[in-house]
Amino acid sequence: MTTYYSEDHEWVRLDGDTGTLGITGHAAEQLGDVVFVELKETGEAFAQGDEIGVIESVKAASEIYAPVDGEIIAVNDTLADAPALVNESPEGDAWLYRIRLSDPSQLDALMDRDAYGAFTG
Amino acid sequence: MTQNRKTPRRTPLYDLHVGLGGRMVDFAGWELPAHYPTGIISEHRHCRNHAALFDVSHMGQVILTGADAAAKLEALTPAALTTLPEGKARYTFFTNEAGGILDDLIVSDAGDHLFVVVNASRRDHDIAHMRARLHGVGVTPLADHALIAIQGPRAEDVVGAVCPAARGLRFMETTPARIMGADCRISRLGYTGEDGYELSIPAARAEDIARALLAHEECAPAGLGARDSLRLEAGLCLYGNDIDPGTSPVEAGLSWAIPKSRREQGGFPGAARILNQLADGPSRKRVGIRPEGRAPARAGTEIQDEDGTVLGRITSGGFGPTIGGPVAMGYVAASHARAGVRVNLMVRGKALPATITDLPFVRPNHKR
Repeated sequence: MTTYYSEDHEWVRLDGDTGTLGITGHAAEQLGDVVFVELKETGEAFAQGDEIGVIESVKAASEIYAPVDGEIIAVNDTLADAPALVNESPEGDAWLYRIRLSDPSQLDALMDRDAYGAFTG
Repeated sequence: MTQNRKTPRRTPLYDLHVGLGGRMVDFAGWELPAHYPTGIISEHRHCRNHAALFDVSHMGQVILTGADAAAKLEALTPAALTTLPEGKARYTFFTNEAGGILDDLIVSDAGDHLFVVVNASRRDHDIAHMRARLHGVGVTPLADHALIAIQGPRAEDVVGAVCPAARGLRFMETTPARIMGADCRISRLGYTGEDGYELSIPAARAEDIARALLAHEECAPAGLGARDSLRLEAGLCLYGNDIDPGTSPVEAGLSWAIPKSRREQGGFPGAARILNQLADGPSRKRVGIRPEGRAPARAGTEIQDEDGTVLGRITSGGFGPTIGGPVAMGYVAASHARAGVRVNLMVRGKALPATITDLPFVRPNHKR
């Protein structure tokens, strides 16, 4: 399984023809204490660049942008009652969506872990 | 040398903040920590349960000298300052001719002078305002002094350990005192709703005194983020958000700071409108707001009644760590400014149900 990273600080982990999506550890650290996560619903389709949710920290609200085109096949409901999980495990238990990618070739334009590490410096 | 106004200024504690891992941000032209590695919620809770150190050196500290300083300053505010006893501090505001608030401030009687603390964002304005109007009064910014706030239920232990005189002060009392050999001024007040102090310290001694305070096991550093969430829960106004030249003290729920003598005599800028509002009630009032659920409603959010009529806007809003959920305050039409009234907050195009509440959200814990 390869993980891809966007310049908007989302990650997508590909597993067969579906993927898991979340925000990066760097993004979670920048946000600080997360207190609220607002997500779309299963079945919704989205295009690359669409706003697909909002994460609010004590400091501010931040939009989540879709790094690829796709459709939501599952939502991480645990975040509604445990938003702080985003700080604890942003690239693990605090995944946001399972998605079906419309065009997996879009992943080629995203960064791998090393490139993202260099990008966030 | 002229200072480039675009470059944020550094307080005497800058190196300490960086060394503690503070995430530095530009606030009102000053480079200050938004928070430290522990994060805002942890810093907030530490203040409510123990004691927190805040660098508030960005605030304007001003010395007023001259025999009539109190009488002349009184003419710019609706406070009673000529009757302010030595060693006491009072909260007031500069008003404009329309009865709006130009800034809020703390005035202390230091015996041979008045010690005034104003907001960082209004420092230049307030100094010019006083210089233009306080004829015969010396208006001198206190150069080279840090201002450190120690807030929380254990503040007396923390400050008392380096300054025994601190233990004898009560809320809104102030005294000169020596801390580790430095001549300081300590005042028992703050901006969190907790017991605590503000310490005006010579810049050259600020860092070692701050380190000594932080060495106390009950004391931890806290940044601007926690300062904001603490004051919001305490129902305290932030200038520029909750009060500004377009809001009157009566609308803002600050009438308690206008004593009977000034209500009877007037004689302050905007007295006509303010006294009218005191008599007849204002058309809108600042209230507390508890959104349902977990979504915070931030400043600027529109407040509607259940039929969709606009009642006003949120002026401060976020997550209240002690409350454990979102809290906000804002202005609503007087008809709806009553605890228990149900409203809707328009967050990202959706109506978020909320209830009007009394302020503060967290009871003050002052040493009376």
